[in-house]
Amino acid sequence: MLKIENLTASAGGKQILKGISLAVNAGEVHAIMGPNGSGKSTLAQVIAGHPGYEVTGGTVTYEGQDLLEMDAEVRAQKGIFLAFQYPVEIPGVSNAYFLRAAYNEIRKARGEEEVDPMEFLDVMTEKLKIVEMTEDMLQRSVNAGFSGGEKKRNEILQMAVLSPKLAVLDETDSGLDIDALRIVAEGVNKLKRPDNATVVVTHYQRLLNYIVPDYVHVLAQGRIVRSGGKELALELEERGYDWLLEAAGATA
Amino acid sequence: MTAHSKYRELFEAAVHGAAAKDWLPKLKIAAIEQFEAVGFPTTRDEDWHFTSVTPIAERTFRPVKLSATTLTSNDIARFTYGQDDWHLLVFVNGRYEPALSNFAELDAEAQVMTFSEALKEAPELLAERLGTLAPAKQAFTALNTAFMADGVVIRVPKDIALETPIHILYVTDAHANNASLHPRTLVIAEHGAQATLIETFASIGSGTYLTNHVAEVVVGDNARVDHYKVQREDGNAFHVGTTQATQGRDSIYHAFSFATGAQLSRTNVYSRLLGSNAEVRLNGLYALEEAQHADHQTFVEHIAPACSSREVYKGILDGTSHGVFNGKVYVDPQAQQTDGKQTNHTLLIGDGARVDTKPQLEIFADDVKCTHGATVGRLDDMAQFYMKSRGIGAERTRALLTYAFAAEVLELIELEPLKVALEGLLFERFIPPDSV
Repeated sequence: MLKIENLTASAGGKQILKGISLAVNAGEVHAIMGPNGSGKSTLAQVIAGHPGYEVTGGTVTYEGQDLLEMDAEVRAQKGIFLAFQYPVEIPGVSNAYFLRAAYNEIRKARGEEEVDPMEFLDVMTEKLKIVEMTEDMLQRSVNAGFSGGEKKRNEILQMAVLSPKLAVLDETDSGLDIDALRIVAEGVNKLKRPDNATVVVTHYQRLLNYIVPDYVHVLAQGRIVRSGGKELALELEERGYDWLLEAAGATA
Repeated sequence: MTAHSKYRELFEAAVHGAAAKDWLPKLKIAAIEQFEAVGFPTTRDEDWHFTSVTPIAERTFRPVKLSATTLTSNDIARFTYGQDDWHLLVFVNGRYEPALSNFAELDAEAQVMTFSEALKEAPELLAERLGTLAPAKQAFTALNTAFMADGVVIRVPKDIALETPIHILYVTDAHANNASLHPRTLVIAEHGAQATLIETFASIGSGTYLTNHVAEVVVGDNARVDHYKVQREDGNAFHVGTTQATQGRDSIYHAFSFATGAQLSRTNVYSRLLGSNAEVRLNGLYALEEAQHADHQTFVEHIAPACSSREVYKGILDGTSHGVFNGKVYVDPQAQQTDGKQTNHTLLIGDGARVDTKPQLEIFADDVKCTHGATVGRLDDMAQFYMKSRGIGAERTRALLTYAFAAEVLELIELEPLKVALEGLLFERFIPPDSV
């Protein structure tokens, strides 16, 4: 589904990704772990098409097409979803309007009929249950005045509504208490299908107790320094990152 | 002939205050003399530095001829925010139209009168109050005082809260072309009284006319007045408006200015805080396009101690439009514990659009907290990326974020139906109609 080869990217003239290669297939869950500043979030944002990063080399192919050629909205319309580490507040635009606008854009791109507000409400009633949110949040402005937990749940709600093929969760666990973490993780698990894939970017292993990965990749200083199965995450939990960085010769 | 002597001639030609007591002609004569003395402001005046009124001064706007209108309730329905139960006073081309107006029984002893009614029913109130808050020092206020023909007088007695908002709707149509209108508003909220007032300026059909409005608002001790102004004049029109409030102890005055109309507009909103612990909130939104020009000047005079002032003004400027915001705050040596905050945020959409924003603080007390902030910018990159990452296209993203920028300040409107109606106007304006 997604094939990244030797990807390099920079922001503000500073090289952040220094040659990433990664393949994600349908039905898989990948975890990208690593210390702060390793480039995890950059990788997530580059996949989603953030214009603030410059891709300086390598290729990214998504369903056989050149992903890097596509604008962010086209990527979303083709099924890529990024759950933001810091969801943006948009006071003045209601969640209901925002979600329906996004939903209809994506339906249009798939050649499906757009839905009217009443039909959309039916869709929402069902999706809200997944993240244990109530209908009144639909009338609130997008993320405005939301608590940290509400913002992250709202990201998962959007994911539920847009039902992406490839979901990238960027530090979705950061700042969540254990209840919110459980709701968010269960939401992600409920949305899992054999034909979609999930990339979980996280600093901590605890999220992976809930969302069990098929593969774990450790990123350090812009490179993947180790890949393994879910047991790698447990090892990291126990031993920290330092041993891996040393083994990779990445700390000088 | 100079611009202001033309107005002297027009003044002489008009019949003033025939049915009134002596005080009114005197007030008007003093006003036209003052206007002659000061003339129209120029950009050399500090208060008019960014706004040239030459397009007004070079024309001669005759006082509008008051004649019965052919407009019907249907014609004006789109300006009444869908609120049938509000008190509604409609003026068409400056003339009060009882058939289009609708006001229900008022609560105990409160008075809502047209200016001409007030001259008959409460002349002493007018004689005592009119022109005392907004003395005819400034040219446009002087011109209004000299030529005012009709308007509204509201008196809310002690401890009476008027629950139903009062909507004054000034509509012009093609008959107002080349004419001037000088409506006048006087509001007196006595001790502990409460009232909500909406003044709407709108037009049907196109015309080059001048609306020159003056409102005087007395907010007594412990009283509260919510005062909304919606300026949707025709795109060829000129609009100058001055609102001057005075506030007593523990009073609240909340003024909101919504301005999308006129080729050139100037809105002054002034409040003088005379009693301690008073609170004033001056908020507004201007959304301009093409070559429109809108200037807002606010002036808060902290005379008494422990008062607070809050101002949030936002602007959206498209095309080659020009926005001006000048927020003046004066803190008297007596006015310790003053708490003032002022912000002005402008979004520039058009490549040729321009804003001049100028906070002006004069502080003569030492124990005060006064801040101001201004931003001028374009749409937030992160917000744009966020929306696009949900599949929403670039054009639609910009439209939605522009709408959102404007809608945020409307949140400060506590009168829900008005807020919803203005949101609707903005939505229609910024969101492409073919969208969902």
